[in-house]
Amino acid sequence: MLALQILIDGFAISALYGLGAIGFTLIFGVSGVLNLSHGGIMVIAAIAAWAIAGDLHAGTYIGSAAGVLIGLIAALVTYGLVVRPIQRSRAIPRDETEIFVLTGTLLWGIMIQEAVAYFFTDNPVTVVPLISGVATIGGVRVPYNEIMIAAICWSVIGLLWLLVNRTRAGRALLAASINPRGLTLLGFELSSIYLLVWTIYGVLAGLAGVLLATFLGAGSANIGQLTASAFSIVVLGGLGSVSGSLLAAYVVGYLETLTAYLVAPTLRTIPSLLLLVIVVYLRPQGLLGRR
Amino acid sequence: MSQRFLAGAPFAALLGLAAGTALVAPAWAADPEPIRIGVIAENQAIGGVAITNAAHLAADELNAKGGVGGRKIEIIEYDDHSSSADAVRAFQRAVNQDHVAAVIASYISEVVLALEPWAARLKTPLITPGAASNEISRAVHDDYARNKYTFHGYLTSSFLAQAVCDFSHDILVGKLHMTSTVVMSEDAAWTTPLDDTSLQCLPEAGLKVLDHIRFSPDTTDFTPLFNQIEAKHPDVITTGISHVGVQPTVQWASQQVPIPMAGISSQATTTSFWRDTNGAAQGVLVDENAAPDVAVTPKTIPFATAYAKRFGITPGYAGYSAADDVNIIAEAVQRAGSTDADKLVEELEKTDYVGTYGKVAFYGRNDQYTHALKYGPGYITTLVVQWQDGKQVTLWPENIANGKLTFPSFIKLPQPHAAQ
Repeated sequence: MLALQILIDGFAISALYGLGAIGFTLIFGVSGVLNLSHGGIMVIAAIAAWAIAGDLHAGTYIGSAAGVLIGLIAALVTYGLVVRPIQRSRAIPRDETEIFVLTGTLLWGIMIQEAVAYFFTDNPVTVVPLISGVATIGGVRVPYNEIMIAAICWSVIGLLWLLVNRTRAGRALLAASINPRGLTLLGFELSSIYLLVWTIYGVLAGLAGVLLATFLGAGSANIGQLTASAFSIVVLGGLGSVSGSLLAAYVVGYLETLTAYLVAPTLRTIPSLLLLVIVVYLRPQGLLGRR
Repeated sequence: MSQRFLAGAPFAALLGLAAGTALVAPAWAADPEPIRIGVIAENQAIGGVAITNAAHLAADELNAKGGVGGRKIEIIEYDDHSSSADAVRAFQRAVNQDHVAAVIASYISEVVLALEPWAARLKTPLITPGAASNEISRAVHDDYARNKYTFHGYLTSSFLAQAVCDFSHDILVGKLHMTSTVVMSEDAAWTTPLDDTSLQCLPEAGLKVLDHIRFSPDTTDFTPLFNQIEAKHPDVITTGISHVGVQPTVQWASQQVPIPMAGISSQATTTSFWRDTNGAAQGVLVDENAAPDVAVTPKTIPFATAYAKRFGITPGYAGYSAADDVNIIAEAVQRAGSTDADKLVEELEKTDYVGTYGKVAFYGRNDQYTHALKYGPGYITTLVVQWQDGKQVTLWPENIANGKLTFPSFIKLPQPHAAQ
């Protein structure tokens, strides 16, 4: 029964990690940007869903949808206000752009964290799940919400796969991650591709934030941890590799769950961080990385 | 959110008040120096912001009555962002630059323990309205000459544990026929003495302790903990939580853990908890120093009502004590006739003040808990409330109970015959 419990819990957590990390890795793959305000954007979506559902009495459906939308807006604001000006700046040398973007998004993330704590306290908030109640699977009580989270995450990942592989815009996205210069020679506007990838990212991060708030709760105190976990999943999987990130999300999710159940909840994150160190040492490009 | 926006109100009120006195009171040649009180708290935390809010409220009420001995009370607030280092810097600034007479600080024991040596070095009275660790008053007892400037204006962890045991004996064992528990506490300075006492007094109260879990306050997923607890089949979970609250409570309800939670849960002492948990707090039993609708003293309800009116939520536990601390400092200054630190300490030791949740007095130099709040009938006691449909219903002690126990349907209570 414990094994089943670990299997189920780990699956839901990993699906959520995967959803959070895919957008992160996509942006890196396409535009070389490491967005360190990732956790901040997730938490903005979570807090917005909570406030709109609760304080504005809009109910959990509208609240959750509005949360995802505000997550998307936060992502686009991050792109327009922080990332794009740095990329376009003539004052910043070309080969230093990435480090400037890294610093810029890190500071932006801290600003989000402080603002959320100031206006909403650093207490975590929770969003009422779209469906309540528990199912009993093989003697293990599983909230319906946990099952739904796994289902939503995988549906969205499936949709993303279709988008990237079956649509013209998606294939342009894929091409941009392989050879951006070639793409511009074919007459594609890189900036509109960047905007598309940030839009996809915003929806994914917003959704992950809202789902996290229905499951475990989220608040300003979690922002650093959320960014760090997405970052380590993406590095573990191989920067820019979507399937690598998914694989890594499951490795990290299950490793954490196993540790929490079999060793001690307090040590939860330690083994996956050790694994990250080992992988970076032995296989710096990550599990499925190309570069 | 609302309390942040409303936090501007006290300044506006003070401003208006100042303008008003300037117009109508030209009889005095010059206003006497105000009594400055520093308030160092965690304005971003549910437990901490109650301290800042309540101190402003208490000061405004005193000032509306003309202040103390003709002197106004001026609150100077500092946000320590839940950091000891920030709190120490704020304390130094409060003493050296802002020249406060005394400091009211923090609900976090680690922060207060960091400030205690600074109160000694800078010879400035320090009262904590919310930290609980026994170590705070132990330091005063062990080195009185040095640490006498620190006052422990909240119940020590040992007394809190004792209160939970007394409640467990009367209600959980006496009424619900429970026989066993698992102690679940966050790993922090205040819970070490709390758990020491709990592990001793819970069996005496009739609850066998089947397991003792201390978890990191950074924990986000409580499923493994609840799983571990359920495997032991206890009748109740005895909680010791303050830095966390929302997440374990929401996950307990959404996973339908069939075991009731009862004990200390600081965040659950204010009405924002119901909102933050979306009602998952239903059925949770919380030991607290005062409930907003129970007249422990004649001051309880007026204070809680005024607080709720101004800040939109009921005061968290440290709000009651912070309001009292402003008053006892003001009275001590008046009795001492000066803000001299040693004289203030002498007068604070003589405190005998009926506050918002009981009579405030401190243990003496030779008592085990020097400068800690006196606990027991006639002084400060606690009560236990249960969250029911958005309200805190008082259930214990039985002479002030105003409701009946109810639990969510997923809770399985022990059957009376099974306990016999």
